[in-house]
Amino acid sequence: MILDFSSSLHIVWALLPEIVVAVTGLVVLMLDVFQRGSRSAPSAPWVGPLAITGLVGAVLANAWLLTLEVPAQNAQIAVDGFRIAMNFIVLGVAIFGLLYSFDWLNREGQFTGEFIFLVLMAVVGMMLLGGTRDLIVLFVAIELMSISVYVLTGYDRRSRRSAEAALKYFLMGAFASGFLLYGIALIFGSVGSTNLSLVTSEIALGTASNNPMLFAGVALLLVGFAFKVSAVPFHMWTPDAYEGAPTPVTGFMAAGVKAAGFAAIVRFITIELAPAAEFWEGIIWWLAMLTMIVPNLAALAQDDVKRMLAYSSIAHAGYLLVGVAADSPLGRSATLFYLAVYAAMTLGSFAIVYLVAGKGDVRSKLSDFRGLGWRRPLLGAAFVVFLLSLAGFPPTGGFIGKLYLLSAAVESGESVLAITLVLTSLISYYYYLRVIWKMYFEEAPESLPTPERPGLAFGFAASIGALALLVAGLFPGHGLRTASRAGEDLVPRAAVVAPGAAPSARPSGQDPAASRASSNVSEPER
Amino acid sequence: MNLDIELASLILSAFLFAVGTAGVLVRRNAIIVFMCVELMLNAVNLSLIVFSRSLGLEAQVLVFFVMAVAAAEAAVGLAIIIAIFRHYEGVDVDRFNLLRW
Repeated sequence: MILDFSSSLHIVWALLPEIVVAVTGLVVLMLDVFQRGSRSAPSAPWVGPLAITGLVGAVLANAWLLTLEVPAQNAQIAVDGFRIAMNFIVLGVAIFGLLYSFDWLNREGQFTGEFIFLVLMAVVGMMLLGGTRDLIVLFVAIELMSISVYVLTGYDRRSRRSAEAALKYFLMGAFASGFLLYGIALIFGSVGSTNLSLVTSEIALGTASNNPMLFAGVALLLVGFAFKVSAVPFHMWTPDAYEGAPTPVTGFMAAGVKAAGFAAIVRFITIELAPAAEFWEGIIWWLAMLTMIVPNLAALAQDDVKRMLAYSSIAHAGYLLVGVAADSPLGRSATLFYLAVYAAMTLGSFAIVYLVAGKGDVRSKLSDFRGLGWRRPLLGAAFVVFLLSLAGFPPTGGFIGKLYLLSAAVESGESVLAITLVLTSLISYYYYLRVIWKMYFEEAPESLPTPERPGLAFGFAASIGALALLVAGLFPGHGLRTASRAGEDLVPRAAVVAPGAAPSARPSGQDPAASRASSNVSEPER
Repeated sequence: MNLDIELASLILSAFLFAVGTAGVLVRRNAIIVFMCVELMLNAVNLSLIVFSRSLGLEAQVLVFFVMAVAAAEAAVGLAIIIAIFRHYEGVDVDRFNLLRW
């Protein structure tokens, strides 16, 4: 089928995965309200499978997008390999995040439709973030995602820590949104459009070079994104929010929000704002550098595994920024591949932490992991795979992912970043391996209760996650090929449009000049 | 004259944004911090309206989106502040020390 964005029905087709998820969310919420009425009891158990079915439907719809032909990429949403790959990652995060969270929700007696609704709405925001090409949609998508996640962070209403984490995350997140929005406004002010293909061509025309307003706009936009992906020095909220949030939500935040944030950085900064590269290259380089060094050192001092993993997730944002800083198709492919691997290992390790922590999430200290490997061998083995992958040991997906990032950095001549990546990974071995040491080489005292047996959904998700990491480490070929295809298939920069056309006169998304200028064939950059 | 009004409005907007930013960083009452965030968003709205005079209506569309999003954010934010108040009997951000700030 050929997509033609002059027909509004075809925009619906282009947005089909997002629409499926959003409709599922609304159906879940409505059915839940009618079934529960005003009782504050847990929801019926079929709510979970219903949401998973909807998400699987969205995965199928997303796969269907691959078969579409799009001659003119002039809509506010891109239909390209990168968006489809990001959608797969985000939907995978949602499906696995939900499967992992059922045990926690049942244990805490908080299994409600709202939780699932909020997760689904956050997923819609994340998917739009990876695919949109318009600054207005970008703002709405990032807020849809963030507001849902603020609520999820404070979901455990009986817990002080959860409320405190929600407040901190909310205030810092809203603060960051202010910067992001000001960035959008200044870019609009200097270019005259929110449609990115027009923004790109305006900048390329040179009308906007040496424009301080554009520089400020790009910088503020980057600050907003850096908050969302928790890059140093905008990471202050992250350890607190991640530690206080309900643990399955932490996994979902760490994997999903970060993936979506990176999708937006790759598309908006490195592709659409490529003509303004001199503005952001230096900023990204320093962000990557600091984000690798600071959290890895801070994580060494943590004795709480959940907080240690929170710092580790900041450090991984640093590794991912190396792929962005490489600013090449290879770098983008490496970022995609690493995001997929990172999502699997982060979701899994946070899920295991909540299982060990027990009711009320109380036991997440390092000493609470003593003897885990002998008491629950399968759980221990899965945790070892996740931790080794986070550390980047062969033969896990984390190793291949880091290797891929390294090769991208070296190819682009960013050898300082590559060396820092290796050195900080070496530092990180200490705090990951310390957990494994506790699990296998220290006796658990009698007083320490054995973690409960995980449910079927949890077991399924954990085994698939761990196996996928091992497969990605042992037989990476297929995954690497997919990632490299998707990383190269971004909607290309629009060619320069005729300088005569006044930017304000064009309605966004329906512009004939832009549709002629942009074609689906990616230009060879290497 | 026209241009001067636009420039002055942009400077006013930047100033309001700076006041909001400073307020977020300095004030310790969660509700006032939140009000400062709203001030930042509305400062941006002012900028957008100024831009829309010469650059087209897209900016005004964005202003409506910002207002809607800010309303949603206020609903969620005030709910979170109420939840905090139930646990701590106060909304002073210095008192929340369960997690290291």
